[in-house]
Amino acid sequence: MSAIQTITMPKWGLSMQEGKVNGWLKQVGDAVEQGQEIVEVESEKIAGAVEAGATGVLRRQLANEEDVLPVGGLLGIIADASVSDADIDAFVADFLSNFKPADGEEEDQGPTTQKIEVNGHKLRYLKRGEGGEPMLLIHGFGGDLNNWLFNHEALAADREVYALDLPGHGESTKDVGEGSLAALADTVAAFLDAVGVASAHLVGHSMGGAVSLTVALRHPAKVRSLSLIGSAGLGNEINTGYIQGFVSAANRNALKPLLADLFADSSLVTRQLVDDLLKYKRLEGVGEALATLSGNLFADGRQNSVMADQLAALGKPVLVIWGEEDRIIPVAHAHAVSGKVQVEVLGNRGHMVQMEAANDVNRAIARFVG
Amino acid sequence: MARKITYQQAINEALDQEMSRDQNVIVMGEDVAGGSGAPGEQDAWGGVLGVTRGLYAKHPGRVIDTPISESGYVGAAIGAACCGMRPVAELMFVDFLGVCFDQIFNQAAKFRYMFGGKAETPVVIRAMYGAGFRAAAQHSQCLYNIFTHIPGLKVVVPSNPYDAKGLLIQSIRDNDPVIFLEHKALYTMEGEVPEELYTVPFGEAAVVREGHDVTIVAFGRMVQKAQEAAADLQKQGIHCEIIDPRTTSPLDTDTILESVEKTGRLVVVDESHPRCSMASDVAGLVAEQAFDSLKAPIRQVTGFHSPVPFSDALEELYIPSAAKIVSAVKSVKEYK
Repeated sequence: MSAIQTITMPKWGLSMQEGKVNGWLKQVGDAVEQGQEIVEVESEKIAGAVEAGATGVLRRQLANEEDVLPVGGLLGIIADASVSDADIDAFVADFLSNFKPADGEEEDQGPTTQKIEVNGHKLRYLKRGEGGEPMLLIHGFGGDLNNWLFNHEALAADREVYALDLPGHGESTKDVGEGSLAALADTVAAFLDAVGVASAHLVGHSMGGAVSLTVALRHPAKVRSLSLIGSAGLGNEINTGYIQGFVSAANRNALKPLLADLFADSSLVTRQLVDDLLKYKRLEGVGEALATLSGNLFADGRQNSVMADQLAALGKPVLVIWGEEDRIIPVAHAHAVSGKVQVEVLGNRGHMVQMEAANDVNRAIARFVG
Repeated sequence: MARKITYQQAINEALDQEMSRDQNVIVMGEDVAGGSGAPGEQDAWGGVLGVTRGLYAKHPGRVIDTPISESGYVGAAIGAACCGMRPVAELMFVDFLGVCFDQIFNQAAKFRYMFGGKAETPVVIRAMYGAGFRAAAQHSQCLYNIFTHIPGLKVVVPSNPYDAKGLLIQSIRDNDPVIFLEHKALYTMEGEVPEELYTVPFGEAAVVREGHDVTIVAFGRMVQKAQEAAADLQKQGIHCEIIDPRTTSPLDTDTILESVEKTGRLVVVDESHPRCSMASDVAGLVAEQAFDSLKAPIRQVTGFHSPVPFSDALEELYIPSAAKIVSAVKSVKEYK
């Protein structure tokens, strides 16, 4: 590690071009450890915290609360106490004179989503990273690949990581056919074939967890391990008020209070999040897709597929992550899996734990898959 | 991310996709095919600014160039709608409303009522509106308020490409007459627009920006100006909430009132003349129904009670600017 480390405005999601500083969690002169949260920032879509990339002392805060910086802009400096102020000032001056914010008008320099035809479905996916044992991220009911915007890049540090939109979701084909877990799982398996991945670590959130479990049961050779986050498929209980409300909500006022159930901290439900979900729900075919899926998976106020006791026989390593305050699927399900299982329960976090505690979730998964 | 297209492409795509979905959808108007039917039809112009370009070749026989007679073809479109078609008639410039006003306000708008609820008139009348093109007084007006006054018409003023596509599809599928107004200066605006079909419902305002100090209600192109102003005001520590009603009839009064109840201050931005305008309409609504919430007088930022000037300098002065909005917002914020 070089003696002087920058803290810069992160890029959360492909559309983020700038972020606003919400407040500093550490003050100049504070000792900080690698991985500690240093400063809170927010994009149009979501708020979160930036971690220290190194251990040292927070030497400079180069942005104030409410300041808006482009992605990559300099927020602060971490360095050992022994580094002189003059060296830091020179470093900052050098950084600022060389920094050019990405031009929003240009097409993204970073990775872009692609579409691929699988079993008659057109699926959108995003690939990040190269090499290593591949990983696939599978979102939940009503979600899309942007649910991983805090996770995808971090997990792809030393492997190729795919995130896809399931049928009926995001920008993939809206036709879900019979809308069963088996059909979704078969599509996921075929997707892996189509992108040339023989077997992958599956990371599934909520309904995506149940899809991952089903892939493991129907196509065991395709699955190296399972990371199940706030996962469906591990018990009967589920907040059907949320599911039915989400399917039927036709406007902002109906949708916004429901989304508050997804997070322990309901202030994370931004106007942009509500608008994005409304836009998704208004696409032709989405209403039918969600109704079909919820009718199959969550009829009669309960989850109809519980696979917790079938996992031991598979012999796959399993990591279970849950937010303790999950108001969609109870945290008690975290302990329902038998076999080679690690369980991480994160206090004060809700159903979207991979967003609310992204850094903890990323570390847990990275450790688990090795 | 979804792909980006222009406002103009979004309108073209909505027409194209709806024409493919429903054979009863037809497009008619002056120059909408733009010389099609003659040699060279593949590069026919497709309207004054090319909005309907390419539709003639994709949907032969369903893009109809009409004589220069608004009273004739707008009446024909309304009649066809009564008989089961879903015509989209283009009035070119909304300023030409005058020559076909009877067909619109006394016929189309009244049929459902006059025939005891048994008649449907699923016609869309598209037109360009707005100043800023040096097109002089007879081609630059903002007349949405005139249509809004008439019960039986629905009036749509999209401010961005996403809304333009979703609202036009909704307009075509609606069973009542819809006036769909496109600001000329927005045709080149780019934005993310899904490739699939989708609808944006009428009577649902968009909250374009959230803030707690001052509510700005802005229509059509003025939403952009309000956003510029709000970005500037943010740097000065004033947080604006911007509401884009998207349709002037029906009007989402709840969203406007809820916002003013939160902020206690209202600025309405409307490019049209100030008298009997959307600005005065919204100001009246809030004065009557949210009076107790108001901490300052309501301010209206509008054009002038004059024809839109042809002179460059005067036309720029006529159009509400971000600077005028900033100054109006500050005056209500600082009001004691």
